[in-house]
Amino acid sequence: MDNIVFGQYYPSNSPVHRLDPRVKLLIVLFYIVTVFFVADYAMYGVLFLFIVAVALLSKIPLRVLFRTVRAVVVLVLITSAINLFFTKGEELLFSWKFISIYKEGIERAIKLALRLILLMLFPSLLTLTTTPMELTDAIESLLSPLKVIKVPVHAIALIMSIALRMIPILMEETNKIILAQKARGADFDTGGVLKKAKAMIPVLVPLFVGAFRRADELALAMDARCYSSVAKRTKYKVMKLTVADLVAALFCLSVFALVFLNKYLWHFDEMILSLFR
Amino acid sequence: MSIEVKDVTYTYSPKTPYASTALKGVTLRIEEGEYVGVIGKTGSGKSTFIQHLNALIRLQSGEIKVYDIDLTAKKPDLKRLRGTVGMVMQYPEYQLFDETVEKDVSYGPKNLGLDDREIKERVREAITLVGLDYEDIRDRSPFELSGGQKRRVAIAGVIAMRPKVLVLDEPIAGLDPKGKQEILALVKKLKASFSPTVIVVSHDMDSVAENCDKIALFSDGEIARFASPREIFYDDELLAKTELDCPSVVKVAKELSRLGMSLPSMPVTKAELIAALRERRAHG
Repeated sequence: MDNIVFGQYYPSNSPVHRLDPRVKLLIVLFYIVTVFFVADYAMYGVLFLFIVAVALLSKIPLRVLFRTVRAVVVLVLITSAINLFFTKGEELLFSWKFISIYKEGIERAIKLALRLILLMLFPSLLTLTTTPMELTDAIESLLSPLKVIKVPVHAIALIMSIALRMIPILMEETNKIILAQKARGADFDTGGVLKKAKAMIPVLVPLFVGAFRRADELALAMDARCYSSVAKRTKYKVMKLTVADLVAALFCLSVFALVFLNKYLWHFDEMILSLFR
Repeated sequence: MSIEVKDVTYTYSPKTPYASTALKGVTLRIEEGEYVGVIGKTGSGKSTFIQHLNALIRLQSGEIKVYDIDLTAKKPDLKRLRGTVGMVMQYPEYQLFDETVEKDVSYGPKNLGLDDREIKERVREAITLVGLDYEDIRDRSPFELSGGQKRRVAIAGVIAMRPKVLVLDEPIAGLDPKGKQEILALVKKLKASFSPTVIVVSHDMDSVAENCDKIALFSDGEIARFASPREIFYDDELLAKTELDCPSVVKVAKELSRLGMSLPSMPVTKAELIAALRERRAHG
């Protein structure tokens, strides 16, 4: 279970954990847009320091945060390799048979890798500091204006929260079934891809059967309590904006603004380089 | 000696905020031919303990030996181990997956790498042994059977591997009284045929007292006592400390003695209680 850290809540009582999930969600959305506007290494550095600062503030060990990058390592390597080998530029550095590497290719590969890693890190902070339930509530709240045009926001949020709630249950169930089949001598670790895939059938069939059984039971239980998706209901945890939320938003937005200012006005990289000239 | 456990300690998710120690220095020795009950509150480490016995959970520290298989070895012979220790998990009917009962039951023996004739022979034997009609049920889908039948098929799937040690995790949970009696009778039958050693995790004190030679009482990841049902259920101090419920027979005996009708022995099974009452009457 260790390798599915992405999306796993890391309990702690830090200022970041206590922020309004809606604010956190919006900040992350802005962040993702911002990352695509990063133009030079200096700004990658700034964003990286920003993430480390937020991580320290949220009391999440950096080890835990950086572990989330493992999930995208393969993706990073593949995209970087493609860019490295297929980018044509002016300055040829290395050429052997059909492989030729240009300076531009190297730069693009590095920047893409950095971008992907940055894209992974900060949203991971969101899921590490926010429970899935809080996130769902935040999404419901942020989408609620759409109710005016008859979007079933509540139903969507409910589906999301049930799906989220089911993930740990299904994982637990999967583990149990894997154990049960292992006890019957199943071998999931050796053999080729085909054999390994085939070995999963005794796990997947009971898992699906169980998922349908659970869905039936849940629907029945909700029906028995007269659940209706149109009923007006109150929240157990009311989300309220506080001064801390405002401060956090302002701080983050000013960091992001730095990126845009740099790209369109300052050109930080060149300023630093010119200092050394 | 069939199982020897020495100083086994296990922590779930070590080095994370979720870390929890499930076993703390568990040591015990189970002889061949014993019927051992494993009892204790939820979260006392029972399941973690039995999952160690066939290496579903790998040892973190301590030693376990099952017959001549040493689990401390870097690469223990898992195939042989799992053929030796048959584990029937909680709600085993949820592990059924194949199209027909026959195919499902043959999954275990197939994994052991046996030849087809041997598999067929074992499957027939296992299905018959759990009290189902082989010819009638072999081609049916396990998903269309009744709850009790499903559980029998699942148990057949484990005993088709002919384990020398049979481990059952809550085998009678969620069954009606009749189903419970049938499964308990089945376990006895299996013990008499080819699984001489039986280990049962249970919350049902009546069935534990009635069937077990010895009881391993777990409390907070440790073995509070490993002794006969009589020694455990008549140790009031221990019962209070571990918040353990008594079997009905013991409750009756204690109530009788409180009312001034003390019995000549300390019964834990119904037969013993009746014998004790008879003896008391005979001696006036």
